[in-house]
Amino acid sequence: MKSFLKNREIWLLAGIVVLIGLISTRFPGFADPANLRQVFNDTSILMILALGQMAVILTRSIDLSMASNLCFTGMVVAMLNAAHPAIPIPVLIVVALAVGLALGAINGLLVWRLNIPSIVVTLGTLTIYRGATFVISGGAWVNADQMSPDFINFQRAAFLGLPVLSWIAIAVIALFFLVMTRTAIGRSIYAIGVNPTASIYAGIDVGRTKFIVFCISGMIGGLAGYLWISRYVIASVEVANGYELNIIAACVIGGISIAGGIGSVGGAVLGALFLGIISNALPVINISPFWQMAISGSAIILAVVLNARGERRQGRIILRKAEAV
Amino acid sequence: MSRRIFNQTLSGPDTDMDTTAQHKMATQLPEPSGAAPSASPRLTLSGISKSFPGVRALHDVSLSLYPGQVTALIGENGAGKSTLVKIMTGIYQPDSGEIGIDGQATTLPSAHAAFGHGITAIHQETVLFDDLSVAENIFLGHAPRTRFGTIDWRTMRKNAREVLETMRASHIDADTRLKDLGIANKHLVAVARAMSIDARIVIMDEPTAALSMKEIEELFLLIEFLKSEGKAVLFISHKFDEIYRIADRYTVFRDGEMVGEGLLKDTGQNDIVRMMVGRNVDHIFPQREPKIGAPVLSVSGLSHPTEFDDIGFELRKGEILGFYGLVGAGRSEVMQAIAGITRTSRGAISLDGQTIAPKSAADSIEAGIVYVPEERGKQGVVIGLPIFQNVSLPSLARTSKSGVLKLAEEFSLARSYTERLDLRASSLSQDVGTLSGGNQQKVVIAKWLATTPKVIILDEPTKGIDIGSKAAVHGFMAELVAQGLSVIMVSSELPEILGMSDRVVVMREGRIAAIYDNKDLNAETLVRTAAGIAA
Repeated sequence: MKSFLKNREIWLLAGIVVLIGLISTRFPGFADPANLRQVFNDTSILMILALGQMAVILTRSIDLSMASNLCFTGMVVAMLNAAHPAIPIPVLIVVALAVGLALGAINGLLVWRLNIPSIVVTLGTLTIYRGATFVISGGAWVNADQMSPDFINFQRAAFLGLPVLSWIAIAVIALFFLVMTRTAIGRSIYAIGVNPTASIYAGIDVGRTKFIVFCISGMIGGLAGYLWISRYVIASVEVANGYELNIIAACVIGGISIAGGIGSVGGAVLGALFLGIISNALPVINISPFWQMAISGSAIILAVVLNARGERRQGRIILRKAEAV
Repeated sequence: MSRRIFNQTLSGPDTDMDTTAQHKMATQLPEPSGAAPSASPRLTLSGISKSFPGVRALHDVSLSLYPGQVTALIGENGAGKSTLVKIMTGIYQPDSGEIGIDGQATTLPSAHAAFGHGITAIHQETVLFDDLSVAENIFLGHAPRTRFGTIDWRTMRKNAREVLETMRASHIDADTRLKDLGIANKHLVAVARAMSIDARIVIMDEPTAALSMKEIEELFLLIEFLKSEGKAVLFISHKFDEIYRIADRYTVFRDGEMVGEGLLKDTGQNDIVRMMVGRNVDHIFPQREPKIGAPVLSVSGLSHPTEFDDIGFELRKGEILGFYGLVGAGRSEVMQAIAGITRTSRGAISLDGQTIAPKSAADSIEAGIVYVPEERGKQGVVIGLPIFQNVSLPSLARTSKSGVLKLAEEFSLARSYTERLDLRASSLSQDVGTLSGGNQQKVVIAKWLATTPKVIILDEPTKGIDIGSKAAVHGFMAELVAQGLSVIMVSSELPEILGMSDRVVVMREGRIAAIYDNKDLNAETLVRTAAGIAA
């Protein structure tokens, strides 16, 4: 029971329940299952992105280029769809994954082979990928009327009571859960985040693991690119501008330590949901978007403070060690 | 089998009576009559106690430091030395007790206050600023100012040169960036800083840990200089030869209590060891009858562009091969190359007659060579991961199938090796961070044994650990070779090299200077070979 209460995710979940309760007092329909399903669907893209970012942050790295990757890949699939409406959606999704993977691999190679800190690499590619979007599109938009109905409606189709977008998010969450807890690469990601030196001696290739992680976040960015464009039905250079900060915020609120090694799939999902609820609820109860920003900001700081306290508890372990010796 | 060995670590105060007697005897020694007979203490700590939640770190300890004298603070790991240093430097506040400076009762509420009283500490790894110049490091926080309040660089450089000159260290250029200096010179800069703030009490916390013999000699000259300047010096070290060489007085701590103090010239090494451990340590090294077989590992012509050249040796089955040399002779570098962590430019490694060319640590582990690095805390356990995941970390290739982990196998692997080592933990899913130091060490050993190695390379296996734990590590090594494994032990401690090795390879400046059979081998020969002095 004690360890159950120590679990960060439980506290975050409790926080979300309280938040929903508070909102319901002002807007009774909010806790309605239909509305909650809607909130989940609205947050799906952020959840997916937060999971990709989580994998990167766990290895003591960061991927600032995810939103630019999303923008570039989204533009690629939108232009492809506009030019060749006959290409089936599954093929476009594979294209999105492949383009995202390529962009992620560029980040990964620079981090791995040239040993450049990831914050520098991805700060550079953040600008480059957005610039490249301008180059391929010539600054033009791809509008809803240029997209095929399939392109737009694929994620909206209902399946077992949920839109396909929600199902994609659920599948990605399940996949990440399996990868992080049940595979050698997942274990390596945690190990190099907690103690890179010990990992090297244990025969884990730290550089290669980081490369793989950037490939993962790149693929996620690409997938989110298609989902975003087909959801908001416009592709432009401005798509998801600055969204990388929301993704990182979701991770931080979800208890993923920026210092690496600590964090879970559940945390990233809940962190994203928290932000999703705030951005969904506040407009309907007439709170200005600026308050929204202030609330997300406070949530980030609160999360960091709580997590820092959680980590400080480990400090006592050192002293207990001194006692036992 | 291992049970016996690890229990030794934990058995402690069974001869308490003895030590109390020792304590009385030691404290009854006549009042200071050594180097400066008339001097009264510069700093006195009396009745100091300090507790942390669940731990009593210090209980009613006393310590006096005299001007112009070096006092050695001696004690096993966890005896409370570091806590005391933190109290003296204002980082911790004692729960009770008194601090007196020049006979005046005072308090040290902050690091700044301690600094103001002229108390300065030079740590194991000097806490200085790598990217600042020597002069900036010396005068950081009290740099000379111009009329306009900006830093007066000319005066600062001039003053820095003067300070370095008084210390006969004018070979250090005041404009060099600190990171371009060796550790010994960094120590000089730290001392120069102490001189520049007119420090009157200098605490040296294991300053020799990372130094070569020549550098230690230079450090000792420096300490002599500090003595001649009338500074009160507290010297913390594990090494008895150093303590007897440089210190005038001693204070011994055990389990947070002061168990003896006095003048070193009146006290023998064995007496101090007995005070430290509370029991006699007669057989530090396990007796063993080596059964040495055919060569397992042979290395020839191994070279690296900058670190080592033409390294060739053989390791035989059931053998402990000692690697001795001064720090920086290239021993760890050779081992890291064999372990696949660094690349070589030339040469061949073969294991059981098969040539291997490890490109990564994973390759070496796969072939059967494991390297247990020097810093167990930093390079060994992964705190934050559960025990079973720590044990399986180097064996992930075996406990997974096409990348998917087989958790049951992982668990049984971890269980079988931790049981062999008698690990005390409530569950294998427990975070290793919650284990005691000794049990963490078992996890590290289990982790490497679980890879079923043929050759284990131990780099400075007992550096910085207390005597009890040392005996446990030595016992364990003896057990490993008895089971037919082969061990390479890199060590800078002569007693350990002589006590444990079957043969000794001596390295000097990146080359093998000699390989000796450990029969009638004496310390003098080794030191001369390592230092390149003709007999």
